[in-house]
Amino acid sequence: MNPESLSFIFLNAFLINNFVLALFLGLCPFVGVSAKRDTAFNMALATAFVMFVSSTCAYAINLVLTSYGLEFLRLISYIALIASAVQLVEMILKKFSPTLFRALGIFLPLITTNCAILGVALFQTSRGYDFLQSVSFSLGGGAGFGLAIVLMAGLREKLELSILPNITQAAALSMMLAGILSLTFMGFAGLGTTA
Amino acid sequence: MANSTNKDTPVTMDIFTAGIWKENPVFVMMLGLCPVLAVTNSVENSLAMGLASIFVLVCSNALVSALRNFIPKQVRITTYIIIIATFVTLVDYIIQAISLDLYNKLGAFIQLIVVNCLILGRAEAFASKNTFGKSVISALGMGLGFTLALVMLGGVRELLGAGQLLGYQIFSLNFQPWVVMILPPGGFIVLGSWLLLINYVELRKTGKLIATDSASHCTVSQPRS
Repeated sequence: MNPESLSFIFLNAFLINNFVLALFLGLCPFVGVSAKRDTAFNMALATAFVMFVSSTCAYAINLVLTSYGLEFLRLISYIALIASAVQLVEMILKKFSPTLFRALGIFLPLITTNCAILGVALFQTSRGYDFLQSVSFSLGGGAGFGLAIVLMAGLREKLELSILPNITQAAALSMMLAGILSLTFMGFAGLGTTA
Repeated sequence: MANSTNKDTPVTMDIFTAGIWKENPVFVMMLGLCPVLAVTNSVENSLAMGLASIFVLVCSNALVSALRNFIPKQVRITTYIIIIATFVTLVDYIIQAISLDLYNKLGAFIQLIVVNCLILGRAEAFASKNTFGKSVISALGMGLGFTLALVMLGGVRELLGAGQLLGYQIFSLNFQPWVVMILPPGGFIVLGSWLLLINYVELRKTGKLIATDSASHCTVSQPRS
């Protein structure tokens, strides 16, 4: 498959180089919000939306910064951009779906420090993607994050009902589970050359 | 260290040592996991990442605590993030100048120090409420604890995954490396194993260790989040 094609970029971010399980981005919400399946799903939706908005805006900002030779401001402007995108999502949710807004609670503002989102913006810049490629990359990344967190939440819901030795308390067992999930996802590497 | 006392409460060793083990940012608080897993495939990378994080942590906490009376409450998070981003940009260019090879190995993860929850968390929870001296000492302790955790992971992964430590061959050449340890799953599994080991030691010390079979009939383990 052509590594530049839109479908490959999507598939690459979605499965082959999954943000959570292969690149270790966005682990904090992955461990923190994956206790219940529906919360995890809502979190995934909000994250994917912020990812899409900030990735498209980051593309535009990068064009402006490069044309003025201000590359050293890239990091600061991306972070400011993501913080405002999260604020935007917060306002939209508050207006149109107050129940979802309450369900996500503290995790909504914490999307700002989700490294997957800054990761998308930084990777698309360093790989020199054009606009459509960036869109495809961010959609794939959001879908991949959602897949990983929902899978994890499903597994953890099952775990709550099983009897475990108490050395597996806190996050120890979640980490082992994530390791096994990550091993499984390595199987997708056969889908194409890793870009 | 003890010389930098302030008027209210003395700076004690406790603040410094808390971060290293008792409140270790990785093993106890589970903060800043992304770089912990992503760059620890060798001891060298772990050390470099740890040092970069210490620098950003100490500088940003120092500045935050120095400015803590001037920053309005409403915009504090934004201000912290911008302070942190400034120091990260500095580190980014410094590492690029010192060793381009290392820079390429760590990749985007140097810039991703910005979103390391440990640094923002310490700025919000400690530096914004405490004096300059205390904040610097605490940040130094936390940073050392973070580096310790990184090296503990990096050591195991490099030893098992390549048979080397810091590039020196440890096992004989007949050793078949566990390549999976250097790959992403190894990061999760090694961190999980360290956490299991730490839980085991802690629980044995307090005498609360329960094996599965003795607990299987009477208690269902409590759901933990």
